[in-house]
Amino acid sequence: MAELFTLPVLLGIFYSGIRLATPYLYAAIGETFAQRSGVLNLGVDGIMLMGAYTGFYIAMKTENLLLGLLGAAAAGFLMGLLMAVVSVSLQAEQGISGIGLNLFGLGLSTLLFKVTLGGVESIRGFQPIRIPLLGQIPYLGDIFFNHNLLVYGAFLLVPIANFILNKTTFGLKVRAVGQNPQAADTLGVNVTLIRYTTVCLGGILAGIAGASLSLALINLFQENMTSGMGFIAVALVYFGGWRPWGVLGGALLFSFVNALQLWVQVKGINIPSDIAVMMPYILTIIALTFSGRRARQPQALTKPFERGEN
Amino acid sequence: MKKIVVRIALLVALVSLLLSACAQPAAPTQPAQEEKPFRVAVVMPSTITDLAFSQSFFEALKKVQEEEGGPSKFEIAYSEGMFNVPDAAAAIRDYASQGYDLVIAHGSQYGTSLSQIAPDFPETAFAWGTSLDTFQAQGINNVYAYQAESQEGGYVLGTIAALMSKTGVLGVCGPVNAGDAKLFVDGFVAGAKNAKPDIQVNVTFTGSFSDVSLMASAAETHIAAGADMLTGSSQSVVGAIGVAKDKGAYWFGTQWEQTPVGPETVVATQVFDWTIVIRDMVKSVRAGVLGGKAYTLTFKNGGLKLVYNDKVPVPDDIKAKAQETIDGIMNGTIDPLSGPKQ
Amino acid sequence: MPSKTEYSRLLNRTIEALLPLLAVPVALLIGAVMIYALGVNPLQAYGTLFQGAFGNVSGFTQSLVKATPLLLVGLGVTIAFRGGVINIGGEGQLIVGALAATAFSIGFSDLPRIILLPLTLLIAALSGAIWGGVPGILKARLGVNEILSTVMMNAIALQLSNYLLRGPMIDPAEIERGTQIAQSDLLPQAVWLSRLMPRTLLHSGAILALIMAVLVYIFLWRTTIGYRIRAVGLNPDAARYAGIPVQFYQALSLILGGAFAGLAGGVEVTGVHHRMIEGLSGGYGFSGIVAALFGKLHPLGAIPASVLFGGLLVGADRMQRATQVPSALITVILGLVVLFVVSSEIWARRRARRRETRG
Repeated sequence: MAELFTLPVLLGIFYSGIRLATPYLYAAIGETFAQRSGVLNLGVDGIMLMGAYTGFYIAMKTENLLLGLLGAAAAGFLMGLLMAVVSVSLQAEQGISGIGLNLFGLGLSTLLFKVTLGGVESIRGFQPIRIPLLGQIPYLGDIFFNHNLLVYGAFLLVPIANFILNKTTFGLKVRAVGQNPQAADTLGVNVTLIRYTTVCLGGILAGIAGASLSLALINLFQENMTSGMGFIAVALVYFGGWRPWGVLGGALLFSFVNALQLWVQVKGINIPSDIAVMMPYILTIIALTFSGRRARQPQALTKPFERGEN
Repeated sequence: MKKIVVRIALLVALVSLLLSACAQPAAPTQPAQEEKPFRVAVVMPSTITDLAFSQSFFEALKKVQEEEGGPSKFEIAYSEGMFNVPDAAAAIRDYASQGYDLVIAHGSQYGTSLSQIAPDFPETAFAWGTSLDTFQAQGINNVYAYQAESQEGGYVLGTIAALMSKTGVLGVCGPVNAGDAKLFVDGFVAGAKNAKPDIQVNVTFTGSFSDVSLMASAAETHIAAGADMLTGSSQSVVGAIGVAKDKGAYWFGTQWEQTPVGPETVVATQVFDWTIVIRDMVKSVRAGVLGGKAYTLTFKNGGLKLVYNDKVPVPDDIKAKAQETIDGIMNGTIDPLSGPKQ
Repeated sequence: MPSKTEYSRLLNRTIEALLPLLAVPVALLIGAVMIYALGVNPLQAYGTLFQGAFGNVSGFTQSLVKATPLLLVGLGVTIAFRGGVINIGGEGQLIVGALAATAFSIGFSDLPRIILLPLTLLIAALSGAIWGGVPGILKARLGVNEILSTVMMNAIALQLSNYLLRGPMIDPAEIERGTQIAQSDLLPQAVWLSRLMPRTLLHSGAILALIMAVLVYIFLWRTTIGYRIRAVGLNPDAARYAGIPVQFYQALSLILGGAFAGLAGGVEVTGVHHRMIEGLSGGYGFSGIVAALFGKLHPLGAIPASVLFGGLLVGADRMQRATQVPSALITVILGLVVLFVVSSEIWARRRARRRETRG
């Protein structure tokens, strides 16, 4: 075990932990908005795949990464819109419609990949940018200030989301709609509009989460490349108690443990690899048992809203 | 409301009418040919473009098709992405009942199902891999089996990687420690250790054949731990190759050429060439022998090939050493799972 | 002689139950456009789909084989939903059930069939119950959200299976031969479920699943525990007010849900594969949710729903083989079917509500 606690290993765990947390952060922060307004979107994984594919395809064809990113956001928006129509306007059971959206995104991204690309190709993605001055700090500079644009963006998103949710009128409306849509409606808040906005915003961020894989972390597209990350992202929202900072904590914990289990294997510590791969999941459950009660779920989560009910 | 119901009902009626009108699939009206084409069907767990196990087999089938004179003489049908075994079993049964001459179950997880299906179609030839079990012990005589001795190429690639490494650390990105992947990884480690006894080989497994992102993280961790030469197996390694390319590490591939993912990253690949297996099976089936033989791919029979990537220079002395190793494996002086025999 | 109002009531109910199923053709129509875009005749493609699912004996039995685990998992999902909890852990529960059934039947292979087979299936159900019970108890005791914990339990079960199948439980022949395939030894013949038809995979597990559906119906609608589970699901606050221990019944419905998914795993190994293999679950944990929904979360509705959905899956595979369209297209169409079905429920609900207000 001692070989894990050397400086290079710890630096490595922190560095890859931060990188790994990036897609989870985008997706989970987006989902936080949706859930805060009362919509559980279980289709995040499918949206991420559509974002990953669209971003990659556009970036490859135009050789412009930012256009790719924009395309990923647009694809995410459209998927979010679809989810909003189904779950808000048509008041469908949210858990199930999420599973449907997921299948749809998984299938469509694979289909498009086959028809347009045919096979796996890679591109040169977003490169690390060392932040002047801060990047020169020994050790810390490498861990925190030598990442690509999308990693910085993910971490900046946390305080921004926190601000929007807690300090703006829009955030107030979102929370009101998620707690008691009937009351919010009486006060003149357009419940439907708010839910459309948050679900679409969640879609955009999930699309960017996908692009952070295909344009920055892995730099290629392969079918089902998220392999269930979207579900973990939804889990992190619960974990974080529907607060952006809590989500950040959850994403970092999950990613650090994941980075740690890989180091455990690399260092040849005698644990079966399958047990090592389980570690992040077991730890998340354990962590949840300690934070479960504290978290207060939005009262109207998963409940569709219809005027004149009650 | 009533209107909507009526409209939907009309729509349904229309659709079901259309569907029933075409429920009888058009009978194949192929013009009578002098010679019936040889028909092969293959069921595969991943896709025909996976740059790995499934693609290696499909490309070999296409090559044999070309040799045989194209689709009119040699027909190929395939089902990809059949990770669900009962679905695969249904596909195998379906192909057999459609009268395909040779039905191939290209995944070791299909074995049990195949052993149940094959006796029901004694006139059809079946094949499966990777395995060496033709079920003859169970009294089944119409099944071929095939396996790649991946450890051979693993051993050679391990030798090259160890000799090329400047840091003295190699990284292995494995999927699940079983089957073909285990053979390859064990061979790679043995080859590296024998070429350079003080080499360090770090091995990780992601527990999945398809988790591209975890594979990418594994590669990243290996590089952070000092590895400059990486290898791995399964269709998920593209994630690792992408990372290696980004960080300037080198990659050693297996199963199928992965050069498109990293044109200047992949050093060499152990390519599975299944054509020798397919050719021989086709020949035997035509001669009326429907199974009972197990094939292996080895360097010796030409089923395994070491393919260098021209874009990545490998020093001549290392290439010579690699060839020497291949020769050693071929003449039996080297055991690819342990090393030179005393 | 039923009165006219009774007739119209029955008619209304039937229309409400059937409305969501009308969404299927609409989704298929969109799929048809995509099939056409891929250069394949959609009519011919769908022709093979229906032919492949229900048009001949081999297709239809295959649909039933597929429907069996879907029905069992779907029953578990139904109980959980009725109790107001969402069980996404069917995948993991099924894997654990299959692992336990395999280990137990191989370990006690000298027991006679009449004892060994029921015990094996019972062990499978019990292990599934334990796997579902962990999220259940965590929810009841500590308020841990079950969506989250069941997803985590799925990942853990998958790795557990990887570990056991390449280590402690691997078929000794695989090590001997050097092929190292991750699968268990064959189960003793004593636990193989009887095949109902020669040359097909149809096994007696299908009958077991049918019996279970009836039992679940009786359980939910004719027993006190079942009534309480439904009361908790309908309105937890009212149930609490009525003195029902809500958390206990939520945990119980997750445990029962796990038991049925575990049983599905046991039936899959004893009925279909006769050994534990990698990828045994093949997404039944998720498809079972869809089947339960098709069945309107009613145990008896789940029977035709899982046959229909199983048939759809089987036929879609057949269509892929016949037309060689990418299999991903099938996933797209399935996704659309699910989206359309859940969306269309609104019409049925509105009808029901109007009927109520009209009195």
